[in-house]
Parts: sequence; C-alpha cells; structure tokens
Amino acid sequence: MQRIGVFICWCGSNIAATVDVEKVAEVMKYESGVVYSANYQYMCSENGQQLIKNAIKEHNLTGIVVGSCSPRMHEATFRKTAEAAGLNPYMVEIANIREHCSWIHKDKDEATEKAIILVRTAIAKVKLNAPLHAGESPVVKRALVIGGGIAGIQAALDIADAGFEVDIVEKNATIGGRMAQIDKTFPTLDCSACILTPKMVDCAQHEKIDILSYSEVEDVKGFVGNFNVKIRRKARFVDEKKCTGCKICMDKCPSKKGLNDFNMGLNTRPAIYIPFAQAIPNVAVIDPEQCIKMKTGKCGICQKFCGAGAIDYTQKDEFIERQYGAIVVATGFKPIGLDAFNEYGYSDNKDVITSLELERLMNAAGPTNGVLLRPSDGEHPKVITFIQCVGSRDTSGCGKPYCSKICCMYTAKHAMLVREKYPDTEVHVFYIDVRTPGKNYDEFYRRAAEQYGVDYIKGMVGKVYNENGKLMVQGSNLIDNEQITIESDLVVLATAIEPEPSVRKIATLLTASIDTNNFLTESHAKLRPVESPTAGVYLAGVCQGPKDIPETVSQASACAAKVIGLLVKDKLKTNPCVATPNEMMCNGCSQCANVCAYGAITYMDKEFRLGGGKTEVRRVASVNPAVCQGCGACTVTCPSGAMDLKGFSSKQIMSEVEAICKK
Amino acid sequence: MTKEERIENIVKLSGTDVKKCMKCGKCSGRCPAFAEMDIKPHQFVSLLGQGRIDVLLESDAIWNCLSCMACVERCPRGVAPAQVVEAVRDTVVRAQGMNGIKAEDIPPIVDEFIPQQLLVSAYRKYNK
Repeated sequence: MQRIGVFICWCGSNIAATVDVEKVAEVMKYESGVVYSANYQYMCSENGQQLIKNAIKEHNLTGIVVGSCSPRMHEATFRKTAEAAGLNPYMVEIANIREHCSWIHKDKDEATEKAIILVRTAIAKVKLNAPLHAGESPVVKRALVIGGGIAGIQAALDIADAGFEVDIVEKNATIGGRMAQIDKTFPTLDCSACILTPKMVDCAQHEKIDILSYSEVEDVKGFVGNFNVKIRRKARFVDEKKCTGCKICMDKCPSKKGLNDFNMGLNTRPAIYIPFAQAIPNVAVIDPEQCIKMKTGKCGICQKFCGAGAIDYTQKDEFIERQYGAIVVATGFKPIGLDAFNEYGYSDNKDVITSLELERLMNAAGPTNGVLLRPSDGEHPKVITFIQCVGSRDTSGCGKPYCSKICCMYTAKHAMLVREKYPDTEVHVFYIDVRTPGKNYDEFYRRAAEQYGVDYIKGMVGKVYNENGKLMVQGSNLIDNEQITIESDLVVLATAIEPEPSVRKIATLLTASIDTNNFLTESHAKLRPVESPTAGVYLAGVCQGPKDIPETVSQASACAAKVIGLLVKDKLKTNPCVATPNEMMCNGCSQCANVCAYGAITYMDKEFRLGGGKTEVRRVASVNPAVCQGCGACTVTCPSGAMDLKGFSSKQIMSEVEAICKK
Repeated sequence: MTKEERIENIVKLSGTDVKKCMKCGKCSGRCPAFAEMDIKPHQFVSLLGQGRIDVLLESDAIWNCLSCMACVERCPRGVAPAQVVEAVRDTVVRAQGMNGIKAEDIPPIVDEFIPQQLLVSAYRKYNK
C-alpha cells in the first residue's frame, strides 16, 4: 500500500486568491492512500521544500503530489526535493492548479472544486507510479553550426576557442552570409567587410573549425549529445583542395551572362566564379545551368587554363555522416519578395530597388564600384525617396505582420551615406514610426535628420508611377494633412525580412518548433532565449527573430556558451520515461517504427518458448532507450496496445481519466 | 437615436475595425480624390475611432469619395476607410429618407469597368 503525501501551494495569491487551498488540503486527508496533507504559501521556497522533505521522512511517504504551478515550471524542483529526502524522483506528481485552474477561473467555489479533482487525478496516477532510474548517455564533443553568416561564424569561433571541434555547414559557396553583402554598418558606419572578413579568415585558419561550404544538412538522427547528421556536399565541379583561387577561369569563361546573386542580380558573373574577392574558401564553383561544357559537352576552356588542374566536370554530390553533441541553427534571412506590392512598381521600374540592392550599389566591390548610379541609365540620382515598412507590419496578407526591426536604422544609414557622399542629392524618407531603441541608435537617426538634412515625412506612399522618365512617388504627409508627390530619380524600398526558407526543412529534421512566420521558437521567450525546445539545439541570429548585427553576435556567443556547457559534460542523464514494448503482445507490424520521429525503434527476430519444448521465432519491436524521447507517438499508434511509456502507462492515464470523471 | 447608438451603428455598418489602424496614412497617400476630400480617408478612420462623428456627418467628403476602394486595397492592416465613408454616407442618406437615383436610370451609363461599389454608392450619391 502506498503512503501518499499531498502538498498544496498557495503561490502567494496566484492560487490562494481563487482556490480555497486550505479546503483542498483538508479534503485530501480523507483520500484513500493519503497519509499526510498540508498547504503552504510558497512550496517551491526553501521552507516549503523543507516541509516536503520532513514529511517524506516523518511519515515514510512512498509518493507525493504537489498541487502547484505547471510541471514545466517546478516539476524538476520537486523531484530534486524528493530525491534529497530519499524518495525516487519519479514518485512525484504535479497537479497543475495554477495555469490549469486558478489563473483561468474567477469563481472561487468552482475553482476549488476543480482543484480538488485535479489533485485527486494526480493521486490516482501516483498510486500506479513505479520508481524509475535515469540512464546515462555519452556526449560527442563536437558541434555543428548550420549557416555560415555572422551568427554561425561567431558561434563557431567561440565554441572552437573553448577547445571543441566545430563544423560549419554553409549552403552557399562561401561563408559570410548577408553581412558580407552589406556596405556599412550602423551606428558606427564602419565597413562591414572590414570587420567581417577577418572573422571569416579566423574560421578558415582555426584548427578546430572545419568549413563545409556548398553543403546542406540532409538528415539528422539521434538526440542531445549524440546527433548523427548526414551532410550533402554539393558538387562544385572544382576540386576544393586543388583550386588556388587565382580566378583565371573567371576571366576565360565565355559564358558570362549569369545573374550575380551576391550583387542581388544587379550585374552578371561567369559560369565559373568565386562569389566575391574575400570568399572563404577562396575556391571557384561552376553553375551547371550556365556552363557551356556541361550543357553541350563543348568548351572546357576553364579546364584548359586551370594551372592547378582543379576543374572536374564529372564531380557528383557526396554524402558524409558525422556525429555531434550539439547543433546551432544560424540560417539567417532574406528580403521578402515584392510581387504583392505592385503599388511601388518594383517589377516595372529598374530604378525602384530594395535596400539590399542599394547596399550593393554603394559598395566599392559592387556592380558600380561604389559609385551610386541608377540601374536604368547609369545616371547619378539627384532625388532619392526611401519608403519604410515595405511589407513589414502588414496584416492584410500581402506582407509580414511583424516589424523587421532593422529597417529604420539601415534607412537612416543609407540616407546619411548618400548625403555624405553626394551632398547635392535630395533625400526623402517616408516613415510610419521611426523605431530606434538601442545604444546610440536614436542619436544616429536624429543625426540623419538634423545634421545631414534628410527629409523625414510622416506618412506612407500610396503609389509609385513613371511619368516622363521620372518616378512619381505619391504619398501622404500626415503632419501637414497633405497628399504630396515627389519627383524622384531613385526609389528605395525598406523591404521586410523573412527567415531563409530552407529553415523549414532544417526545423523538420531537428524536430525544432517553428512559428507561423517561419521563425524558430525559443524554449522560453525571456529565460531561455537561445535554446530550442528540442534539447541540444540552439538558435542564433535572424532564424529566431528579426535582429541586427550586434544582437546577432550577442545571441551567437550566448549559444556558444550553452553549447560549451553541454560539451564539457562527459555524460548526460537520460529521460527514463521511455517506451517499452510488451513482446508477448507485439505483432511485428512496424507501425510504431514508422511514426517514431527519433528512429528509436527497430525490429528483431526473437525466439519465444511456447511450452512443450516448442519454440517460435517472431518479429518484435525493440526500443533504444538512449534515443527514445518519450513522446508517446508509438503508444497510441500500436494497434495491439503492446507499447507503453514508462511513467505514462496507459493504465496510469486511464486511472487519471477515471479520477476526473468520478463524481 | 442617441449619439452612442449612432456611433455604434456607423461602426457596424462600416464592417471594419478602426482600432486596427496603425496611422500610417497609406490610404490618404493613395486616394485619387484626396484634393476634393475635406476630411481625408485616414481622418475618417481616426475620427470614427474617437467617436467624433459630427464632423464626418457634415463633411463634403462623403459625397466626393469615388468609392474606388484604393484605400481598402492598399491598407496594410486590413482596415477599410472607404467603408467608413460609405457608412457615414448611408447614415446621412437614411436619416433624410433619400433613395438616390432610380435603378432603371443606371443601365445606359454602366460599362463593365465600373466597380460595383461605385454603382452602389451612386444610387445614393447623385440625384440628391
């Protein structure tokens, strides 16, 4: 017979204001199996925990129920308390009478009645609990960083500096990401490449870092401490070990009409190319769609001229498998497509450009060598109009409902840089709100308006149209209650950003949760902001939410700290609440193995004695407890009811349901 | 009808939630009849939100709005300023017991490019 103790927490007034906690504790005294029942103001406090420990010892309790907040909050706390008093931690059940009761009800009588039912339910379950013991699993002391932008670079460098091996998997031919495309950075206006490229070089030279560029994560198996990752090394048709980055192939390639992605398609590049001068690795890649040799079989000029003999048109994608203890996702962002915004005339007018395109037009390594010329005719634009919030804060379905966070600052930066370089240029900015929280940020924006004479117009643009070769920007000026039309030479759209679309596949592979905007969800918005709810997976940069470079770098370093904290451990405690098959009931149908997201279930042929000296070989399920995450998908899938979850057996769940339904 | 009931009625007639407005002014930035509107499209949304319907009921803008729905089309928050204008106009017309033009007068002047909304409002707007 179990000896159960019940502990009802007031949580200050959080529970006690809506639930008669004393009555609940009193009623529980008369429940079968309960030998002790108490209530206390803060059960999670030092004194509250002491109360539990004393009761366990004095009353020889074999199981306890704590009526308190959600188990997500304090289950671990009370398990530790029980363990300290010599009770198996899995003999603790939490009745959630806060989130599931006091917080959502107003009527005290009803809430008290519900709290009693919830505590009774937990008692019914704890009666069927059995002591469980956590196992151990080893930790592979190597980290994977998915994405080689500034977030991935910073995380990798920090982890590697702590002495752990790191692999960066980058889908493009070079690391560097979006930051490499940016001309200057706010609020200091230092050159983006000048601060980024040394870090890229550090990555390349770090003995603990392995850069797997032009590669993608293909499959992920395993769990925290023991991820098994399959990586596709895409064929670049150039031997990475032989290529010296001399670029002679780029000069000789006759197929030069490919759109240059790095310059946002504003100019062209050859079929064989190195994305930009400081690329890491400094190795060429061939675009097979554009390469004449690969399309027609005739050409081979680059191969002829390559002194290193690095060109190999027959290269195929390769797959490698590696083990990691932790994974950092740093997949970054892209500007949204503007098809839904025909009012701005982006697709009809060459001189309506996005802010990222302007970065390239202003950059010394860009298509115009840093001279600001408009794309249509190569003339200097004399009047430039910026439009903010293009696709951001849009709940109409055309754009994104969130604020992209970086646009106010980069628009102020662009306006300032233009006025600095070309003082004869007139610069207008249409804004809804200027949002500049951050150190020296508002001062930066005010400098654009006050020192550089940028004309900030409170209002939004309704349409942009072409008239006699001029871009007419028609919008409202709300301060003066006017509708104005600005004759412009160049229109720059502060385009909303969205997570890089490939993040969806990565999230699925990692079973990491993702929100409706494709941002990866953090484990706790305030207290666990860099951890994914999936153990061992960490989030850095815009894949988790819009943020600028300083924030991205901070988050990447925070990720690294978490990864290092994990990798220094030799072993991790595993969750003992894992699935176990009843082999006598298993019919070998494989349905459980099919639904298992972790690959924890395999099948084996096992010999069973039938009695009378006869044996029978049957195919039965077998669960790897180190891989099983205890999600329970298999238990509900099994048609013969052979699969059960330790700590959450069907019998336990049914007893809970019965306790709720019993009057 | 009390003032509160009239406000409530206009809100209901408009079928749009003026609280969703983030005051960006894109409606007024797009409005092709802006110059003729004594009360601008964004003001219709703002003034109704404040319950200041007297200004709206007396405005000329309710007769000058083209009902082209450009403001509705362009609003990033899904607010429909033209529907507020329409609701205010309805309130005025109904209060006066006006019917507008007769249905049988319409067919000869209609072609397929006329937005339906324009037609509907024309019944009340002209022949006042």
